[in-house]
Amino acid sequence: MTFGVEHRVVEKRNLADKIHLFKVVAPLVARRAKPGQFVIVRSHERAERIPLTIADSDPDNGTISLVVQEMGRGTAKIAEIGEGGKFAGIVGPLGRAGNIASVNKVVLIAGGVGVAPMLPYARAYHSSGAHVTTIVGAKTRDMLILLDEIESVSDVVMVSTDDGSLGVKGVVSDVLARLLADGERFDHAVCIGPAVMMKAVCGLTREAGIPTTVSLNPIMVDGTGMCGGCRVTVGGEIKFACVDGPGFDGHAVDFDELMSRQRFYEREERLSYDSYRTSKEGSHRCRLDQIG
Amino acid sequence: MSVRSNRVTMPKQDPAVRRRNFDEVALGFTYKQATAEASRCLNCRNKPCVSGCPVSVDIPGFIALIKEGKVEDAFAKIRETNSLPAICGRVCPQENQCEARCVLGKSGQPVAIGALERFVADYCREKDGTFARKAVKPIALTNRAKVAVVGSGPAGLTAAADLALLGYEVTVFESLHEFGGVLRYGIPEFRLPKAILDYEIDYIRSLGVRFVPDAIVGKTITTDDLTALGYRAVFIGTGAGLPYFLGIPGENLIGVYSANEYLTRSNLMKAYLFPEHETPIRRGKRVAVIGGGNVAIDSARTALRLGADEVFVVYRRSRAEMPARAEEIINAEEEGVTLVLLTSPVEIVGDDSGQVVALECIRNQLGEPDASGRRRPVPIEGSEYAIDVDTVIVAIGQGPNPLFTEATPSLLTDERGYIVVDADTGATNLNGFYAGGDIVTGAATVIAAMGAGRKAAKAIHRYLRSDSQ
Ligand SMILES: Cc1cc2nc3c(=O)[nH]c(=O)nc-3n(C[C@H](O)[C@H](O)[C@H](O)COP(=O)(O)OP(=O)(O)OC[C@H]3O[C@@H](n4cnc5c(N)ncnc54)[C@H](O)[C@@H]3O)c2cc1C
Ligand SMILES: Cc1cc2nc3c(=O)[nH]c(=O)nc-3n(C[C@H](O)[C@H](O)[C@H](O)COP(=O)(O)OP(=O)(O)OC[C@H]3O[C@@H](n4cnc5c(N)ncnc54)[C@H](O)[C@@H]3O)c2cc1C
Ligand code: SF4
Ligand code: FES
Repeated sequence: MTFGVEHRVVEKRNLADKIHLFKVVAPLVARRAKPGQFVIVRSHERAERIPLTIADSDPDNGTISLVVQEMGRGTAKIAEIGEGGKFAGIVGPLGRAGNIASVNKVVLIAGGVGVAPMLPYARAYHSSGAHVTTIVGAKTRDMLILLDEIESVSDVVMVSTDDGSLGVKGVVSDVLARLLADGERFDHAVCIGPAVMMKAVCGLTREAGIPTTVSLNPIMVDGTGMCGGCRVTVGGEIKFACVDGPGFDGHAVDFDELMSRQRFYEREERLSYDSYRTSKEGSHRCRLDQIG
Repeated sequence: MSVRSNRVTMPKQDPAVRRRNFDEVALGFTYKQATAEASRCLNCRNKPCVSGCPVSVDIPGFIALIKEGKVEDAFAKIRETNSLPAICGRVCPQENQCEARCVLGKSGQPVAIGALERFVADYCREKDGTFARKAVKPIALTNRAKVAVVGSGPAGLTAAADLALLGYEVTVFESLHEFGGVLRYGIPEFRLPKAILDYEIDYIRSLGVRFVPDAIVGKTITTDDLTALGYRAVFIGTGAGLPYFLGIPGENLIGVYSANEYLTRSNLMKAYLFPEHETPIRRGKRVAVIGGGNVAIDSARTALRLGADEVFVVYRRSRAEMPARAEEIINAEEEGVTLVLLTSPVEIVGDDSGQVVALECIRNQLGEPDASGRRRPVPIEGSEYAIDVDTVIVAIGQGPNPLFTEATPSLLTDERGYIVVDADTGATNLNGFYAGGDIVTGAATVIAAMGAGRKAAKAIHRYLRSDSQ
């Protein structure tokens, strides 16, 4: 066990537009990572602390895999790190390990970049012997990621795209609704993706009486229970997603509140990202002084 | 005797200016001011001030050395019992400790002990950046056993420094990416410049202590790992940083912070320098802070510096009961913070988009004394009213950091989650595990945490010596 090793990127792959997979050196995290857990990274010394799910871990080689979608300045700065480059800091594994229910038949529903955090769940359920149905969705065919990896640990894979370029035209909850209408039954569901999608899926599974685990992604700072910024309401109680979660009983989560709180810094984020892109384009026009 | 009755006042930044900058408020004594103030000390034989100091600094001893112009010797004298004088001189509540016992305080103003302590540390640091290293005589690594320190707040830093001086190989594990605990993420730059904290940590590093950031004991590594790595004793100084909320409607609206989040964003993440530093923070125009302690006052003054037009500190009892340091309450008022006393929040009101627009309050009157001996606030029916605000900061207290204790179920804690220790040694129920600071006492003071770290270091030394015989 060595402390203070550099977090070098040993492999970087572009999975889709603005989505990158990083394999990065983090031996202490790799050794203890469990499905559902995450890390907080700092891309450089003045960076925001950004939470990312551990998509895979290789304790023997001391690496973890992260899949990052560029959403704003923070993730754009991460995307700039190339192979051989390094993260200023990575801490983890954070959060509780996901509870792998011992069930016969499970359905996993992942939207967008949520496929990456779903992979450890799929592997765990697959190796527990459960029958795994995985529904993955994206805007368009080119944005579907990690399909081969998902297929290798699922019994059934179903795909939806918003534009119908692959699979069902529509969203993942449409696919699930159709399955349930056709009389398919599942003992458990896991759903990871944008809050609005998790809300829709939980609406369906609640009606069908399928216990559902969701992985929540509120805005975080420390990830150790010290700021309360990540608080979510679950079953009428305040929970800190970073230490009590990020996995929760989806039927008890107040998704509207989560979606509202995710917009806390909408203005700052927009200005920050705009100026980042402007500066990337070589122009010196900076609009950040508008924040006040 | 008129010389003795008037304390030399420390120069400060003009309130009208400092309310908008993060530079240090109090500017410190000049050499002349310090010697003038030092000359007020009567050098009492029974040293009443020392009995008020949690780590028993030889106060008249170091003040006498200032009088003689031997500032470096004064520094060495303080360092005998206090490893962080530049910090304590700034943040200790001297008015309840040493200065409260000073004989001069009976008929006039006590000696400005804190200001003198700060002067000595600053003078030596500025005079010679490496002085701190020369002032101590590091003992060769004779006791080569490895000791782990969990948490780098004042408790952990003190334990680490003392153990290093005793010749142990010490590693500090910290879950955040920077060191110092509350000194780093809680207390703002304008009260405690981070450059001073960095200097003190560099000093401890110079004693041979190793600092590991991003290492959460209980998550990243376990206590079993520590044992396997050959650590023979562990000091736990994980603090009380878990924020409490009010449990009133509207607490999850956009614009509501725990003080810990607000201060962490501003101090640790340097959000006051956004966008150069990339973490954002709300720059509220009308801000209500709920609470009456140091944390509340620090949040209120930070909000002003982030550009607020009006900042209200809403406290349920009266001014006399406010736990914040008296000096800092006065500083805050000078800067324009409004105290709203005998008032409790009942609801945070939001608009359709989930943004805070008002804080609904109720007025209180003081009733019978409660368990803490302070008179209980009793709501006055029908006195509800609203304050228009766009930001609310909840600073009503913190609980024990749970990650270490949750991962170590065999460690004995009380029903609230604080670690139970032997009062004299800091020993926990687990052999070789010691604890101190806020994780034992609940939110207290920097100096109390340091005292606990020091006591535990001595006990660890005894334990390891007897263990190896
Ligand atoms: C437990 C957890 C696991 C996650 N795993 C992944 C992952 O594997 N891959 C991935 O691409 N993304 C993941 N995310 C989301 C990712 O952290 C955010 O997209 C990222 O922080 C956005 O930062 P930004 O500066 O690029 O965007 P911004 O422009 O700042 O914000 C874009 C969006 O991201 C959210 N966001 C902003 N700051 C934070 C923050 N500090 N913490 C959380 N959300 C924030 C905002 O609500 C906003 O909706 C995860 C989030 C959490 C909480
Ligand atoms: C805003 C604010 C202002 C204050 N002002 C004053 C003042 O003016 N004067 C005064 O005397 N006191 C003041 N206090 C109180 C004082 O700061 C605390 O009592 C003191 O810092 C406690 O020290 P500590 O070492 O016990 O813990 P902390 O300073 O809380 O440090 C604990 C450290 O342990 C780390 N940690 C926690 N869990 C783990 C883990 N599992 N593994 C690794 N690391 C871990 C934390 O990240 C943290 O860095 C203030 C407190 C606050 C919050
Ligand atoms: S009590 Fe006051 S006057 Fe007496 S020794 Fe202490 S500081 Fe000096
Ligand atoms: S991120 Fe700070 S408490 Fe969860």
